[in-house]
Amino acid sequence: MIATAKPDLVTVNIDGKEIAVPKGTNVIEAARLVNVDVPHYCYHPKLTIVGNCRMCLIEMGMPAVDPATKAPIMDPATGKQKINWIPRPQIGCGTNVSPGLHVRTTTPMVKDAREGVMEFLLINHPLDCPICDQAGECKLQEQATGYGRGYSRFIEDKNVKPKRTQLGPRVTLDDERCILCSRCIRFSKEIAKDDVLGFVDRGSYSTLTCFPGKKLENNYSLNTVDICPVGALTSTDFRFKMRVWFLKQTNAIDTESSVGANTVVWSREGTIYRITPRRNDEVNDTWMADSGRVLFKAVQAPDRLSAVKINGTDSAFDIAINAAAELFKANAGAVAVVGSGRSTVEEQFLTKQLATALKASTHLVSRVGEGDKLLVSADRNPNVRGALVTGLISTLPGVKLVDLGAQIDAGKVKVVVTVGEDLAAAGLNAGQLAKISLIVLGTHAKSMDGGAKVVIPTLTAFEKSGTFVNQQFRIQKFLKAVPPMAGATDDLIVLAKLVGAAGGATIPTEVNALWKTIAAAVPALATTTFANLPETGQLLDATPFSALPFVEGETLHYKPAQPVVAAANA
Amino acid sequence: MPAPAQRRIIFQHIDEPGYTNDIGCYVRNGGYEVLKQAVTRKPEELIDEVKKSGLRGRGGAGFPCGVKWGLVDRKSGKPIYLIVNADESEPGTFKDRYIMHQDPHQLIEGTMISCFANNVRQAYIYIRGEMPHGARILEKAIAEARAANFVGPNILGTNYSCEIFVHRGAGAYICGEETGLIESLEGKRANPRIKPPYFPAVLGLYQCPTIVNNVETLCHVKYIAQHGGAEYAKIGTPGNTGTRIFCVSGHVQRPGYYEFPAGTITMGQLLNDVCGGPLPGRTFKAVIPGGSSAKIMRFGERYKGKRKVGTEMVDYDWGVEDVPMDFDSLGMIGTMGGSGGVIVMDDTVNMVEALANINAFYSHESCGQCTPCREGSLWMKKISSRMVHGQARPEDAALLKSVADQIPGRTICAFGEACSWPTQSFIAKFGDEFKQYSETKKTAKPADAVALI
Repeated sequence: MIATAKPDLVTVNIDGKEIAVPKGTNVIEAARLVNVDVPHYCYHPKLTIVGNCRMCLIEMGMPAVDPATKAPIMDPATGKQKINWIPRPQIGCGTNVSPGLHVRTTTPMVKDAREGVMEFLLINHPLDCPICDQAGECKLQEQATGYGRGYSRFIEDKNVKPKRTQLGPRVTLDDERCILCSRCIRFSKEIAKDDVLGFVDRGSYSTLTCFPGKKLENNYSLNTVDICPVGALTSTDFRFKMRVWFLKQTNAIDTESSVGANTVVWSREGTIYRITPRRNDEVNDTWMADSGRVLFKAVQAPDRLSAVKINGTDSAFDIAINAAAELFKANAGAVAVVGSGRSTVEEQFLTKQLATALKASTHLVSRVGEGDKLLVSADRNPNVRGALVTGLISTLPGVKLVDLGAQIDAGKVKVVVTVGEDLAAAGLNAGQLAKISLIVLGTHAKSMDGGAKVVIPTLTAFEKSGTFVNQQFRIQKFLKAVPPMAGATDDLIVLAKLVGAAGGATIPTEVNALWKTIAAAVPALATTTFANLPETGQLLDATPFSALPFVEGETLHYKPAQPVVAAANA
Repeated sequence: MPAPAQRRIIFQHIDEPGYTNDIGCYVRNGGYEVLKQAVTRKPEELIDEVKKSGLRGRGGAGFPCGVKWGLVDRKSGKPIYLIVNADESEPGTFKDRYIMHQDPHQLIEGTMISCFANNVRQAYIYIRGEMPHGARILEKAIAEARAANFVGPNILGTNYSCEIFVHRGAGAYICGEETGLIESLEGKRANPRIKPPYFPAVLGLYQCPTIVNNVETLCHVKYIAQHGGAEYAKIGTPGNTGTRIFCVSGHVQRPGYYEFPAGTITMGQLLNDVCGGPLPGRTFKAVIPGGSSAKIMRFGERYKGKRKVGTEMVDYDWGVEDVPMDFDSLGMIGTMGGSGGVIVMDDTVNMVEALANINAFYSHESCGQCTPCREGSLWMKKISSRMVHGQARPEDAALLKSVADQIPGRTICAFGEACSWPTQSFIAKFGDEFKQYSETKKTAKPADAVALI
């Protein structure tokens, strides 16, 4: 591991509290470290600073020195160095710390400035909180309560602006609520690299809009909704669906690619309403793709499998396991296991145990698409590296299940267990499928299910807890957001039962207990426990796999491994 | 005491019979001789002359030009740009347009000398959108100067090359703010930039060091290059050197432009002796001394305090008529010399209505970037136009002042001050008129009244 250079530290004094912070930190972030809240709207830690909302105005000063001798000037009253306070309030977002900087956030000047800005922001704001989706997570609401005066002196007519403009397929804009902070404009330009938003008109009549002929339709458009501090930009999908304070938040991981963007799943009474990004400065900053936000719709999709089936007729779980056991016994040595890059590390570990017990060959289905260089990588499986770490596979999966097809054609494989994968889509032809007895673990109906011997419904990623290893070899955990669908069984239980049916040892299926087994069996995970896995994930040693030709190109916070030639020459 | 005589150095040829704005006329009158001589000198010498001259910027803020040039980052290795701020848009100011219309080559010569002194290879004249005629004249003048080798490659055989481009704004007051102007010149919305870090002298146009000077300032540079900084400093008074052009408008007998050595003329001399006093049967009520954003002065009030004369502090007790028209004296009594736009109002003017007009202007011109100015300027406009439309309340004066007090010092650029100072000063000076306005003005807005924009 390369040691990071120690940053230069600068000591500043914020409301009387001294703190050393890295050079280049701005005052808002420095104050955060001493639990001083500097309210702000336009400032966002991942965007450029424009300093236009003026909410973060605070008082600043520098220690006084004699201009001629550079000797400190002492204040006889306190015995400390005198502070030259700047007579005007300064913005915290645009001011980087400098040695000895003093900041006051509780003085009458600061209070007055905040009250003034709050009053100005609210005079033309519709104050329609009772029907606004942002209510409950609105910065304007919070800071009006925290820093506003609490009464209105405005008796004029409010400005009239467009309501419910469709900026794109997923984003709706209410211009009257907009406080013109320009976060969305900067996000589109700087992060999404799709410069489509801008202001028209001047002064208080300034109006956010798309450029003529343009739409906010890139795959990151919903991030503008997340960073909008007020209810101006709302998600067309989530709009008017649910009050945010009724929703339960569960930490999760985006499963659409190997980036492993950190997310929050918002649910109520077993129903998921939305997915938003969760900040992880090592993986996805504060962003996620729009495509990952609709994945929860799979949970209640009409094609969800809900009944155990044997030869196409409804059955029971134990009968299905027994049927599988019989198939294993009858075809000993002729079983293959198709694991999944969408399975969790725990499931992949159990899949590996199953294959070992059956002395079966293991296969993985690859999903390769085009990376967008931001937060959707070329590998659309979230957890291929988990399969490598757990030993389920030792090389990267091929494009199609060619090996397995050949084994079936040669008559070497007669039974295939597939963990969530559609074998027809993965390259087996109808003739090959007809030759085998199929044991299917899956969440949704697939074309091949009809011919399957055994079908056992399992859970989507939202109904279970587990871990994924992303492209950086960062193991990250996610938690169960909603209860499992009736009729479906946790993959871990199904796999453990199948291991038993194959004559293997009994393995715990509760995730914390299972991790003890995993840690004992997999050296790379020897020190990992599920409970103690940090929120930001834990980097695993990638060196054993450095020779593998991973398909990912560059994305946010990820660069493909460089060829080692240069290092050898050095 | 009678007014001193005008001394025209910048407006020497303005409205001179027979004087035309082509290069032939300019050269016949000794034009471009200063440039020819300047390019034989060392650039540092020229900068030094400007520093010695004490020249203060004529755009409004009165920042010393030599200091501004001294701040330019010359070690970055990036090109240095010079921008001529010809966005003269402060209401009441009309000096730069005379220079551009009638004596454009004076500006071009001053610009080229300044470019040479600062090793600038590319200069822009940012001209206000409402002045298409001026833009055409400048384009023509630059072409003439280029043909005569005063502009362009290898100027006068010195191996020094510099181009000037005219850029027309789209007509917005805020484009006169230097960082807003730079944004606009880069093709963006003219939102002023935050300082720090975007000081034009370091990170200006295209993130390169940039000098932004007013049209009149650059004409002064030409004069300084010709006569030397020390000689220029003898004109006017210490700290306020050179001449000042006053653009007098409003209720006087002879409104117009007048050029005087700075600090030598008082407000009373300017308005009574030079401009012929109030219109028949009227008396002066108020005057705004430096463009509409400057704080208003009320005739009859007294300004008292101590001021520095030489090395001594002396007491002063001035009426409006006694105030010398220079940056420091006007600053001392709480207003500013600004751009030299003197707006005179006599006793026929209702101050609430005058303020409503000014507020309408500033709310229309706020760029809309920072909250206090964006919302405050429009709120003040809504209050004052409601007042003039017959729905004034006695408490509106206090509300207006309170709103105005929430703006200055809390915005990115000086527009916050520009839009709030009129309201603050009108109410401070004419508070009685505002309080009584609900009684004096009862008529509702006529149906055919033109709305304040």
